[in-house]
Amino acid sequence: MPSAGMNDKSPQKMLEKTPTGISGLDEITSGGLPKGRPTLVCGSAGCGKSMFAMEFLVRGILEYDEPGVLIAFEETPEDLEKNVSSLGFNLQELENRGKLIVEYIHVDKTEMTISGAFDLEGLFLTLQSCIDTIGAKRISIDTLEVLFGGFEDKALLRQEIRRLFIWLKSRNLTTVITAERGEGALTRQGLEEYVSDCVIMLDHRINDQVSTRRLRVVKYRGSTHGTSEYPFLIDEGGISVLPLSSAGLDHPALDERISTGIPRLDMMMEGKGYFRGSSIMVSGTAGSGKSSLSVFFADAACKRGEKCLYIAFEESPSQIKRNMRSLGVDLEKWTANGQIVFHASRPSIYGLEMHLVKIHKMVRDLKPDIVIIDPVSNLTRMGTVSEVNAMLVRLIDFLKAEGVTSMYTILTSEAQVSVEDSEVGISSLIDTWLSVRNIESNGERNRGLFVIKSRGMAHSNQIREFVLGSKGVDLLDAYMGAAGGMVTGSARVALEAREKAAGQAARIEIENVKTRLERKREALEAQWATMQAEFAIEADEAKRFIAQKLEEQDIYKEEAKAMSRQRRSDSTAAFAVNGRKEE
Amino acid sequence: MDNSSTDNAATVSRENDTFLLKLYVAGQTPRSVAAIENLNRICEVHLHGRYKLEVVDLARNPEQARIDKILAIPTLVRSLPTPIMRIIGDLSDTEKVLMGLNIRKL
Repeated sequence: MPSAGMNDKSPQKMLEKTPTGISGLDEITSGGLPKGRPTLVCGSAGCGKSMFAMEFLVRGILEYDEPGVLIAFEETPEDLEKNVSSLGFNLQELENRGKLIVEYIHVDKTEMTISGAFDLEGLFLTLQSCIDTIGAKRISIDTLEVLFGGFEDKALLRQEIRRLFIWLKSRNLTTVITAERGEGALTRQGLEEYVSDCVIMLDHRINDQVSTRRLRVVKYRGSTHGTSEYPFLIDEGGISVLPLSSAGLDHPALDERISTGIPRLDMMMEGKGYFRGSSIMVSGTAGSGKSSLSVFFADAACKRGEKCLYIAFEESPSQIKRNMRSLGVDLEKWTANGQIVFHASRPSIYGLEMHLVKIHKMVRDLKPDIVIIDPVSNLTRMGTVSEVNAMLVRLIDFLKAEGVTSMYTILTSEAQVSVEDSEVGISSLIDTWLSVRNIESNGERNRGLFVIKSRGMAHSNQIREFVLGSKGVDLLDAYMGAAGGMVTGSARVALEAREKAAGQAARIEIENVKTRLERKREALEAQWATMQAEFAIEADEAKRFIAQKLEEQDIYKEEAKAMSRQRRSDSTAAFAVNGRKEE
Repeated sequence: MDNSSTDNAATVSRENDTFLLKLYVAGQTPRSVAAIENLNRICEVHLHGRYKLEVVDLARNPEQARIDKILAIPTLVRSLPTPIMRIIGDLSDTEKVLMGLNIRKL
């Protein structure tokens, strides 16, 4: 027996919890059900109570190695086995491994006579025996209220049920007890009186012929818990609850950049493409190439070895594949090796919340790197704009928190003139917003693409012409026409040709100017050479003249000396004139 | 055999049938003790010499409760004559016990 101190009632102590393993539920209850205590799961017929009780045990065994006992009052083991085998649970195998006991207890008022006082000790002994056989830590009782149909003495039953809960608690067994929902009360027999720790209500409502299952934690003593109604899903993987509140703004911002799949589009975003983990919106009118942008993005992701989940609300996967083949993208090989998983469904199949749960679940199961929803605007048919927005906010938050890069295409009508009209109201949550527009001019429709915003990067502000061809997508520079408008299609081709011709003329002119300049330089250089030659002649003459004059002077002096020597008279005077003294 | 079975209503046991009875109790609780005493008294009066009674104490053997699908304590099971009959309680209401066992009041 576990020590009583383990589950001290002091509220200061952290309440120990047992994770259910049911997808999403443990997040809502911040950890699971109260450990070693009973939890009441109530709801009307067909709400998924029995599934809850069973999955709690199976997950306990598979994920937490906690053996479990199911006491089934309603369904025989054979029925149960069948019901859950479609979910991929193999009860027989778990029983053979000694991890699970399914004990069916049949109660039928007509098969017994009551004479005098009795108690339900046999039930306790049966439970004890089951628990001891496999060392059970988890118990599910489905549904206890069947007892009320079997025995008339309600007072005695209440007393026994109270005793049962105390008994389960004292053995530290985490228990799930299911009960039918009553009129004006949580349960028909008021079982909530006895289970004071945790009460969960399941609901199955149909609005506009679309059914939605919801789960609500009515009460959870000593623990915080989400109080909203959470939509949930029962499918081949069991129950998935969508934890609305778990989405927050604490997701990490990743610096990694990933290619858009279109080189020129990467160039528009600093040459690097989108941020990993960001949300990308592609808005555009019908046939503007939104899906193509998505598929190129997915194709690039697959080439990097990543996984992609493609949720198609408009076209079937084979239709998308065929269309993309014409653009030279082979999606077949990615679907064959599982890198692209298509999920195609009509938006009207489920309610909005069910779609959200479904997407949640697929993301959890597949762990894709990229999620594409094409087009998200189709969901607006399913509810009011505010409902759709609320759903998308949750979805975007969730995908960001998971670090998944998500792309949403939005169909806008031609009538919406301004691009800002085209959003469904989620533009503030979107990191990168591409707009593809049909441009009609000169009797043609052509596509123009521009980046309306892209957080955290210096993106191009230019319109690019968006061309789809058999070799894929290309983006061309925007040509501005004379009137200032963008020129596309054949008008662009004509303009390009004109520009080309004009360019040729300019080139010739430049050549001419260059030649003229060269000639002028040559002429000037020739002139310069002539002048240099003339100068050289002049300088030569000057030098010769100077030399001659000096020579003449010397001759004169020599003659004067000779003359004075001959005269022999006033020779000193003659020497004095020349400034020289002779001894 | 004889025609007496058609004479008596089908719901009533035949005079010479042997009753195979099993009484499930859990420990020596006042209720268990009372049930044993009540049953012994009824059998001696109404089924003298033509019954076999086994008292099973589930407190000693809890596994048996699970095997024999015993929910309430005390439970009296009549396995013979068929069909199997179950009576729950301390058997203090003799009328109900006789009705449950399909024994004609003497």
